[in-house]
Parts: sequence; structure tokens; C-alpha cells
Amino acid sequence: MWLTNSSVGRKMVMGVTGLFLVLFVTFHVLMNAVAIFSAEGYNAICSFLGANWYAILGTLVLAAGFVIHIIYSFWLTLQNRRARGNDAYQVSKRPANVEWASQNMLVLGIIVVCFMIVHLVQFWAKMQLPELLGEHIEPGMYFIETTFSQVWVLPVYLIGFIALWFHMTHGFWSAFQSLGANNSIWLERLKATSNVWATIVCLLFAIEAIWFTFML
Amino acid sequence: MESNISFTLKVWRQAGPKEQGGFKEYPMKDIPTDTSFLEMLDILNEQLVEKGEEPIAFDHDCREGICGMCSLYINGHPHGPATGATTCQLYMRRFHDGETITVEPWRSAAFPIIKDLMVDRNAFDKIQQAGGYVSFNCGGAQDANAILIPKTAADEAMDSATCIGCGACVAACKNGSAMLFVSAKVSQFALLPQGRAEAARRVKAMVSKMDELGFGNCTNTGACAAECPKNIKLSNIARLNREFLCAKFKD
Ligand code: HEM
Ligand code: SF4
Ligand code: FES
Repeated sequence: MWLTNSSVGRKMVMGVTGLFLVLFVTFHVLMNAVAIFSAEGYNAICSFLGANWYAILGTLVLAAGFVIHIIYSFWLTLQNRRARGNDAYQVSKRPANVEWASQNMLVLGIIVVCFMIVHLVQFWAKMQLPELLGEHIEPGMYFIETTFSQVWVLPVYLIGFIALWFHMTHGFWSAFQSLGANNSIWLERLKATSNVWATIVCLLFAIEAIWFTFML
Repeated sequence: MESNISFTLKVWRQAGPKEQGGFKEYPMKDIPTDTSFLEMLDILNEQLVEKGEEPIAFDHDCREGICGMCSLYINGHPHGPATGATTCQLYMRRFHDGETITVEPWRSAAFPIIKDLMVDRNAFDKIQQAGGYVSFNCGGAQDANAILIPKTAADEAMDSATCIGCGACVAACKNGSAMLFVSAKVSQFALLPQGRAEAARRVKAMVSKMDELGFGNCTNTGACAAECPKNIKLSNIARLNREFLCAKFKD
């Protein structure tokens, strides 16, 4: 199967799942924004995305996207380490136009995963999960309020967003390159779009977290 | 202006493929800045031979930037600090008096060290043999106007064809990926009508040989294109991906 056996196929899987995750975080940040403007609106979204068949299906597809992306990322990185060999250069310099993020995607991804585990325990494990088990749950706003009233939460979230920003600034245009949709003209445009998109998403996430900490 | 500089050369010495290697320092005195890097190594080797020591093994051939034989990872850059130039096109005026210049071989699992600074780049030949050619007889040259080729395509094909197969892209890549080399070879044919006929077969054969030989997966860091002495562009890699994915989806 060429999606597992060939390097270009594996990169396609990485690119498709990566772009899917970019779309997901974009929707996520927009839904959070509702909580700033309308508590009722946010509660409505939360109950809409509760234990309904479409929300469960969405969750499963999303989880699959994450799992495939993460499994492939470890797999590809291990293969790349082996291809590179054990002998490191004594002196090695990063050329000016090589992004730092591009060489540290796995580390950045692992930070994002750690953040996600904290985040899932704080929200998903108290919202969709108990609802699936048939328990009664509080409306969405309740969890935002209780979570962000703890002082350690905001710094942890900000670290997660910074890692995500670095990951996305490279990942976004890299995915287009992996899928073959790139050329000398679009390369610079896509790099610019990567930066703008990642900045909007991560900045909004950060503003929301700060808002929930201080304004609620 | 020519002047003389003195510096310390820190060179990787390794007696054979399986031997343990290590750095050795050589003080260099009064080297004219108009000396090329390889001439400077020749001077050192003469001194070593006179002293009865083993000279440093390094690859070189044309010494004018066209054969792709010279390598050397100098001060953290494949082909040294100059951009768009091979090691044989590098001159000592790039360096300063009193500096320590570190010279290492290409380091990548697919390019094992033969001796000192010499590595085995046969893997590239094998990838080429897997499909980097046009397999039918093109016959005699026809009138240039018989097959019309857009200027942009011709230019890009020509640019891709300037790849000399030196392996600096692999040496620069933290993933040990050969994608820039393979994509240049795929592109130089895919862009022209004569190469187009076998494009799908070629890209599949070359990628599968590349994977088989243990080169890494490209994560688009772009160090390859930044260090390539022939300025092969990153867009070739996107073209290779496109050619490969289209070929696979058609199957
Ligand atoms: C919401 C979270 C995430 C988003 C939006 C995202 C997005 C992306 C995108 C768009 C790419 C580029 C794909 C390509 O170059 O073809 C990528 C690559 C990568 N991601 Fe993620 N990712 C996320 C989470 C993760 C996690 C959790 C990990 C690992 C633990 C991870 C590890 C990697 C690695 C190692 C690469 C580079 C692999 C390669 O290019 O070969 N990512 N990501
Ligand atoms: S792409 Fe550039 S660095 Fe790579 S082999 Fe060709 S000329 Fe050398
Ligand atoms: S010796 Fe031929 S390219 Fe440098």
C-alpha cells in the first residue's frame, strides 16, 4: 500500500490529516469566541455537540485524524533519524531561510499533545463523556468558569498555543508542498498565509483564555 | 587584493569505513587568499606526504563546479559558506586570519564514509539507474520548431538539469532526504515532451528506489535548497509529489 510504503504517500497522509486538524482548530477557536459574547449561545453549542449521533461521529473522525497524524509523526521522525544516521556534525548551521519550527515539528507536536491531554481531562471528560454514560452534566459555561479560575491553567494553555503557533506556521504551507500543490510563486504566498492563519488562530485562542481568566 | 592568512584546519580523519574516526588539527601558515579550498588541501597533503604521514582523502574531479564530485561540510555548511558554489569554487578569501575551519564529510546513513572526507554516493547512481533517463531512441535531432516547448517550461527544465548530483542536499538535511536531487531529475524530464511519455513510470521507480536505499521522508525544511550549489528550487519537490500522487491515483 503506497500510503504506508512510500515516503511521498506517507507525507500525503501527514499533509491531509494536518490540514484537517488546521480546519478543526479554526472551528474550535471560532466556537470559543461565542462564549465571550453570549453564554447562552455557547451553552447551546455545547449541548448541540453533546451525545448526539453527529457529534459522536465528528468526535470519532477527529480522534482518528489525531491518532493517524500522531502515529505517522513518530513513525516518520524515527525513519528520518535512521536515515540521517548517528554521527552528528561537529559544526552545523541552520541556513537563514530554514524555519526553526520545521526542524522541531515532533517536539512541538508533543507539547501540543501534553496540552491536549490536560484540556481533554478538563473539558471532554466532564462534558461529552459523562453525557455518553447517561449522566447529567452542567452547561458548557460552567466548565469554562471553573477551569480558568485555577491560576495554573492560563500559563499552561498559553504554552500550548505557542507550540501550536510554531507547528502551524510551518505545517500549513508544508502540507500544500507535500500534496504537490505548490510552485515558486505560490510558495511565498502560502508561507505568508501560514503565518497569518496561525497567528489569527493562536492569538484568538490566547485572547479567549485570558478573557475567561480575568473577565468572567 | 591578495593577502596571506594563517588558520587552523580541523579535519575528520577516518582510516576506513568501519574504523573509528576523529578530528585532527593542522596549523596552516601563510596561505594566499586566492588559493582555492581544494588547492589549500593539496598544499596540506604535500606537507603530510613530505612528513611521511597519510594524506587526507577527499573527492574532487573537474574543479570547475560541473562534475559534482567534490563534497566537504565546511564550518557547518555543505560546500562551505559561499552560496550557489561548490567546494571547488570556494576560495580562501572567504575565511579569516586566525580562524579554525572545521571540515567534515557528508554525514548521512545512505552515504557511508569510505575514508576521511570521502563518502560513498553510489545510492544516487542507483536512483538514476532506476528511471532517470529516457528509454526510447529519440533518433536524430529534428528541427527545433517541430516540437514546440514553452519558454518557461524549457527554462525550468534547464534549471533542474543543472543538478550535478553532489549530494549536498542530503548532507544538509536533518532527515537525510534525497528529495531535492530526485525532484530535480524527475522535473528535468517531466517538463519536456520527450520525457513526459514515461513520467509516471519514472517518478514511481525513482521514488521507490530512493525509499529502498533508506533516504528519509522530506519535512520541507528547505535546508537542501538553501545549501544547493546549483540553486535547485524547492518547487521541484512539490512537482515530484504532484507527479507521484497523480501517477498513484491513476493506477
Ligand atoms: C491541532 C493540532 C495539530 C495541527 C493543526 C497539526 C498540523 C500539521 C500540519 C498541517 C502538518 C504538515 C504536514 C505536511 O508537512 O505534510 C503537520 C506536520 C507534523 N505534525 Fe502536526 N498537527 C497537529 C498536532 C500534532 C501532534 C499532536 C503531533 C505529534 C505528537 C504532530 C506532529 C507532527 C509532525 C512530526 C509533523 C511533521 C511530519 C512531516 O512533515 O513529515 N502534530 N502537522
Ligand atoms: S539538488 Fe543541488 S545539492 Fe542536491 S545533488 Fe543536485 S546539485 Fe547537489
Ligand atoms: S570538483 Fe567537480 S564540481 Fe567540484
